[in-house]
Amino acid sequence: MAVAAEVRVEQVAREDLVMFVNACFSCTGQREFYGDARGQSVSIEFLHQYILGNYRRLYRRTLAAGINHFNQAQIILNLLAIGSPVDVQERREEGALISAALRRLPPQRAFRVLESLRSRRINNRRARAIAREYLSSRADLAFDAVKYRAKLRAAVVHGHLKLEGELGPFLFHGWKKRVYTQPLLETFRKAHFAQEALYELPYTVAEGLAQKHGVPRDVFLQRIEPRLTQAERLRLQESAARDGAEVPAVDLSRAPLTKLCLYVLALKDEVRLERRDELHTALERASARVLARAPATLGRVAAVLDNSYSSSGSIQKRRRPLGVALASHYLLGASAREYRAFWTSPVDDPLRVVARGQSDLATPLLAALEWGPDLVVIVSDGYDNDPPHAVAELTRVFRERLDPGRRTALVHVNPVFDADEYAPRSLGEAVATVGVRDAEDVPTVLGFARFAEGTASLSELERYLAARVASWLDREPRKGEPTREEEES
Amino acid sequence: MSRARLIQRLELQGLRLAPSQVWGQVRLVPVLRDEVRGDLRFAHRNYGDALSAVTLQRELAAPGLKYVSYIPHGLVMTWAHRQTEAVYGTRLQSQDGKKVEAGPFSVRLLHRMVHREDRNQLRMLPLHLAMEGFLTRYFCGPDIAWSEYSRDGLSRGLNPRGEASIPGWASFALDGALRTFELHERQVGLLLFNADELLSAFIVAHPHDYRSLHRTLLEDFYGDLLLQYGYLQVVGDIGLRLDASQVASVADLRAQVARMREDWGTFHGLMSGGLFGVEVTSRKVYEAGPFLLQHFHTSLVPSEENHLGEAITGPDGTLEYLKTYRLSAAQTRRAYLLQQLAGSQWNLDDTAKALGSTRPDLVVRLHNAGFGYLLKPHVLEEAQRSMARGR
Repeated sequence: MAVAAEVRVEQVAREDLVMFVNACFSCTGQREFYGDARGQSVSIEFLHQYILGNYRRLYRRTLAAGINHFNQAQIILNLLAIGSPVDVQERREEGALISAALRRLPPQRAFRVLESLRSRRINNRRARAIAREYLSSRADLAFDAVKYRAKLRAAVVHGHLKLEGELGPFLFHGWKKRVYTQPLLETFRKAHFAQEALYELPYTVAEGLAQKHGVPRDVFLQRIEPRLTQAERLRLQESAARDGAEVPAVDLSRAPLTKLCLYVLALKDEVRLERRDELHTALERASARVLARAPATLGRVAAVLDNSYSSSGSIQKRRRPLGVALASHYLLGASAREYRAFWTSPVDDPLRVVARGQSDLATPLLAALEWGPDLVVIVSDGYDNDPPHAVAELTRVFRERLDPGRRTALVHVNPVFDADEYAPRSLGEAVATVGVRDAEDVPTVLGFARFAEGTASLSELERYLAARVASWLDREPRKGEPTREEEES
Repeated sequence: MSRARLIQRLELQGLRLAPSQVWGQVRLVPVLRDEVRGDLRFAHRNYGDALSAVTLQRELAAPGLKYVSYIPHGLVMTWAHRQTEAVYGTRLQSQDGKKVEAGPFSVRLLHRMVHREDRNQLRMLPLHLAMEGFLTRYFCGPDIAWSEYSRDGLSRGLNPRGEASIPGWASFALDGALRTFELHERQVGLLLFNADELLSAFIVAHPHDYRSLHRTLLEDFYGDLLLQYGYLQVVGDIGLRLDASQVASVADLRAQVARMREDWGTFHGLMSGGLFGVEVTSRKVYEAGPFLLQHFHTSLVPSEENHLGEAITGPDGTLEYLKTYRLSAAQTRRAYLLQQLAGSQWNLDDTAKALGSTRPDLVVRLHNAGFGYLLKPHVLEEAQRSMARGR
């Protein structure tokens, strides 16, 4: 009796954790095609509180599981809010995890976490120590002070931190102080009075000041061009063309895979056709770079990719599900020995795919199964409407009658979080569902899929997370080698 | 010749029903067409006015019978090959009617429900056409001056007559359902169910037109069942299963899925049995080249599901256009009474006999249905007294 209860407890714990990690891969609290933002954030907040209350150790270790930045920030804040654990060993691990995670976040997100400490009224000794440590780890704090001035000031005031040299006066007096010796700070001060100084500043700071000076948009964009970061260039493509400015050149060879896919999907069809080779090579290189960091060698792989209308995402996550599908197509193509893609509405050229039509997952899945692959990866939001529940039934019967020995692995990769179910929507019992935000997560979540399937035990999951924590804390990002996070920022 | 082509019975000939998509209590069933003729196209014309008055007789703005309603959009129909392709997608916003400013609002005066604009071009007001036809048909009042009818009733009939309906945007669920609906490649129409009651059907000739007209369903009007079941959260899930014992290979699986898809179509056909397959009474509105525009209604028996609508049939009798409205229970009762009265030349005794009831009963029913003003007051009082005595 006691044994049965124990087994049940373990099962509940495993299911809870799998659900949580899955949610942490996909949910960003933003609006989705089928769900609104409010529902999303209520749902994910509840999950965080529930897991933190019941499984604190595993909750913090999730930080190392490769989850998305939004959830990393949430975990950091929630851990800082409840204070440090009593046990020395635990305390040390938690501290190390929090500070490592904070350092690896893109700076704007990390500073946002520090700022949130104030709005959530978290001000314990550990929170202050973490903030101090983070600021001391920054390579160029003067640059941060200019770019993230309000956030940095909030962190400094809230944590009673001391900053060296001119940074203190800069944060509190800004351009009203007479003169600075630090060149960047001095430029910032000057830019409030002279247009010329604008173009020495980071783009986001200069943008507001240009407005103040009444600089025409096209002139401003043209002159600030050399200061633009990769992400800003990518982001500005459309609006620059609209404002009549010269479109800033993007170095496609450096852009991360999923971002690149979203960029491609935002292009008009004729542009995609015209630049086909260039885009294709860029996508191939980007996926090769992902694989160089997280190698994955797969056998015979079939991908069932959903390009139905719902993959157009929402106003906040425009075309993201489709972008993830396209990125997965390139990534799986690069990592598999043999690869074939099956789209829900067939496309001649994946580069020219659009979100259109109903979600008929059954037909491409049947075609994929006919081919006889070792692994079938379904990239879909989990809404299967032509006919409804066809995939659930199809896979159930397939497992029962045609493949009881599990020769073919079935994995459903879902980029959309379903707020009502507290998890990415699943495609029935026979397919393991894992959440992702970027296609770059796919190699990670394929490793995680065996937990989602329910065949692995809780202790295995604990060991998996512990191993990830160890390797994660060991492998501090080296200088000069850009991490994925930095690349994206 | 055209008489023979009037619809006797609505059939989904040449059309297929695909599995439904559900959002809350709204179930949307896609209608697919495999063979598209391509010589009948519809375009959307937007009217941004608070109110429209449609002149039914004589010239625009002349005194006479008017149909007044909120009309957010009209349909422009073009036929015959050469012109259709040219008109499709272009914005030929010809001057349609006349715009009159009334304070902060504007009122549009339109000429006729169906207005020919060019040799092969027709502007019509969808659904309003059917509703107006329906009202004209039965709501005209007594044509023999029986002594029971009031003077007003004899001289003006039921004018001014009004019917209430509910715009699509009144339902939050319908908005969500139309937004998240995934259109099929060959889709030309939609059956709209609310809490699994058929509310409306909309079918056009060409998939491209359907794609551009999809969102106008939100501006259309519906019977009060749209709101009546508005608080029902979700409609039941219909779990169709595959038969595992029949499967020995992937090909068998494929056959099973195809069967599942067919079952969905049959099932939806069954659910919409109140509209398709029942006898309808139809009347010709306009003959546009090979196409026949008509409006129709079902039996109007109060115990049944009743729809009215408009349709266009092609030369071979296929359904090229359809738009329907589900009458509410009260609307059906009213129409049924008037239909029965008209059938007996508005003689109260004959009608009562035909209905299998008594004269006082019929008079009270007329009063309850809102037609008390047609009768002289003493007739009504007498009937009410005799009913009270009988009880």
